[in-house]
Amino acid sequence: MMSKTYYDPADLKKFGSISEWNEKLGSKFFEYYNSVFEEGALTAREKSLIALAVSHVVQCPYCIDAYTKDGLERGIEKEEMMEAVHVGAAIKGGATLVHGVQMMNKYNKLSM
Amino acid sequence: MPTKSLQARKNLLSDPQEQLKYLSNGIFGSGELPLFREKIAATGDLPLKPKKLEILQLNLGYMCNQVCSHCHVDAGPDRKEIMTRETMQLCLEVIRKSGAHTLDLTGGAPEMNPNFRWFVEEASKAGIQDFIVRSNLTIIVANKKYYDLPEFFKKHNVHVVSSLPFYKKEKTDRQRGNGVFDKSIQALKMLNAVGYGREGSGLKLDLVYNPAGAFLPANQQALERDFKKALTADFDIDFNELFCITNLPISRFLEYLIASENYEDYMTALVEAFNPAAVQNAMCTNTVSVSWDGWLYDCDFNQMLGLKVNSKVQHLKDFEPEFLQNREICISQHCYGCTAGAGSSCQGSVT
Repeated sequence: MMSKTYYDPADLKKFGSISEWNEKLGSKFFEYYNSVFEEGALTAREKSLIALAVSHVVQCPYCIDAYTKDGLERGIEKEEMMEAVHVGAAIKGGATLVHGVQMMNKYNKLSM
Repeated sequence: MPTKSLQARKNLLSDPQEQLKYLSNGIFGSGELPLFREKIAATGDLPLKPKKLEILQLNLGYMCNQVCSHCHVDAGPDRKEIMTRETMQLCLEVIRKSGAHTLDLTGGAPEMNPNFRWFVEEASKAGIQDFIVRSNLTIIVANKKYYDLPEFFKKHNVHVVSSLPFYKKEKTDRQRGNGVFDKSIQALKMLNAVGYGREGSGLKLDLVYNPAGAFLPANQQALERDFKKALTADFDIDFNELFCITNLPISRFLEYLIASENYEDYMTALVEAFNPAAVQNAMCTNTVSVSWDGWLYDCDFNQMLGLKVNSKVQHLKDFEPEFLQNREICISQHCYGCTAGAGSSCQGSVT
């Protein structure tokens, strides 16, 4: 039966099943995904915070659940999580506002 | 945050049978998640058998000065189960004939047993390589009769293993009670002052981290790095190793999981993180746990679930290493806690 809501928390656990309809691309994606989050020039902890901020910016409820839990497991504190969310919000707000320059340019070009 | 044990609150979950029933019904009963037995059968680990006995873990009693919300022992000030000197005498005989290289004293707060010091003095003569006392830290500052515990531990070359769920006050106090963090820091400073955890002292002080909530511990090394950085910078505290322990879904942690509606997700996370390599190194394969009244168990968790060793020998008074060696380890769904991710034991990760 189809759910009456667009998002169901239980669907997060089924994420891996996307490979069932396209094994090759699904496997490639998950392999890439796992490699991205390995320790590298950035620590796994830093990557987790970036993922949390991006999760908010793209407004993905599955990602927010996943990376809040991931952060807790890594000992990331709630103050750090909230600051990360504000970084995302600032960029998103800034991205809206910086378009104001385009608006100003257009306004000035069209005005006498 | 509970202020009394499940037992004192007459909570249904204080009965081990009720806990075992809960762990076998629901998502496991419906087949949504595999039973632990099925899971290890698939990797060829059934029946689960012990290897050489290396660690003898003695529970000196369930009395504790704290009532932690995650406690698998259901310990607290209201618990009266305390190991007697007679049972301790039996323990001393068993220590000598068991061949175990590690002796691990736990509780409750083992220091609250009135015969604790006598027992440590006697046991330290038994030639054990690694003599562990699991101290909750706050007991050291709970009453002036305990203030000299760091000196006492040092005198008997005891390896101190202490719980500190986090290096910040808020999370620690939410799990272990208001004021616990400050008292723990004070006790750690007292241990450091006599040399514990300081480089070159030879006095070992390890800390135990367990998650303050319904999530699994992350990488032990990464957390140890964070703990060391924070405790050194904030308090000039040194320690040796950090052990990450996964909370097992029994007793008060099970109560919390059910009440917070996290039980199903938590069990799913444990099952998904199942690691066959952790089964091979599970602590039940090299440990025997002894209760305050002398019964033998595969581990401290099975002790709390009332699952005595499946052997002809079930009590200290009849202890024979060979009989125990041939036993089959008792398992249920709580065992997923020790086999998730890097594995979990009283000595931390196992892989």
